[in-house]
Amino acid sequence: MAAPPRLSKMPTSPQRRKSTIKGYLVGAVLALVLTAIPFGFVATRTLRPKQIFVAISIAAIIQVVVHLRYFLRLDLKPSSQNKSISLCFAAVVLFILFGGTLWIMFNLNYRK
Amino acid sequence: MTDAVISSGHDDETAAEAAERALDEKTFGFWIYLMSDAIIFALLFATFVVMSHNPAAGSASHTLFRLPDTFAKTILLLASSTTLGCSTAATATGQRWRTLAWLGATFLFGLGFVTMEISEFYGMAVAGAGPWRSGFLSAFFTLVGTHAIHVSIGLVWIVLSGCEVTSRGLNPFVVSRLYRLGLFWHFLVIVWIGIFSFVYLPEIL
Repeated sequence: MAAPPRLSKMPTSPQRRKSTIKGYLVGAVLALVLTAIPFGFVATRTLRPKQIFVAISIAAIIQVVVHLRYFLRLDLKPSSQNKSISLCFAAVVLFILFGGTLWIMFNLNYRK
Repeated sequence: MTDAVISSGHDDETAAEAAERALDEKTFGFWIYLMSDAIIFALLFATFVVMSHNPAAGSASHTLFRLPDTFAKTILLLASSTTLGCSTAATATGQRWRTLAWLGATFLFGLGFVTMEISEFYGMAVAGAGPWRSGFLSAFFTLVGTHAIHVSIGLVWIVLSGCEVTSRGLNPFVVSRLYRLGLFWHFLVIVWIGIFSFVYLPEIL
């Protein structure tokens, strides 16, 4: 690796500069709440299984967004544009592969 | 970028900027690796969902998984993500030993997680519910095992990073590697959200 000896200052790209401890703690509290909700539903069984499954799914999706925002430090600023674009592309591929697999495998009974 | 290089007219600046850009490109390349890893996990999830209806008259899944264990593992990973975040914050302000201490805490939480995983896998295998038992269990062990292997690699990476921080201090290259370690670890915790939400909880339900 070409290590320039004159490189004395710390890298100051935006992700590193605003890595304050506060953001991580906010993320941790939100993640804890979003974890407690689905586990609480399953432990107490206050709703019917199908409703609980919907609640688990919604909490999971919100929690993924919270983790992306507060732990992976992804935002809508231009500095993380490339990351956001590749994430969107991966999400589309993921949706097609996952959704497509389930769609095909759970409709095999329609074949004659 | 070109404009900035020309206008700065300072050798130090351009060298620093070039080095910084090289590190940012590495980070972006690593991000693309994470995205491809996400697709691998998505396919393992899809395989699991398809196979979860094939228990081959083996043990019913709600007797295999225990809610408190799953909750404990989730809390361990959440705690490790938080402590690694504290480590990143300490790195940003140049606090070398604080960075190391938080890295150590992250390692312990991660080690606790992997230990619980291994004891769960071992307990299942001893109880006759190993991956050879049914399609459901094969898919379960493949998905959760792949995640556990990733976390174990993350643990090795934390140890190596700790050694590097100790021996070299927080120079820009070490800081950049720590940042990528953070991306890797937080990504694995996101995969775990999918595992506890769509593998453990629905089976316990």
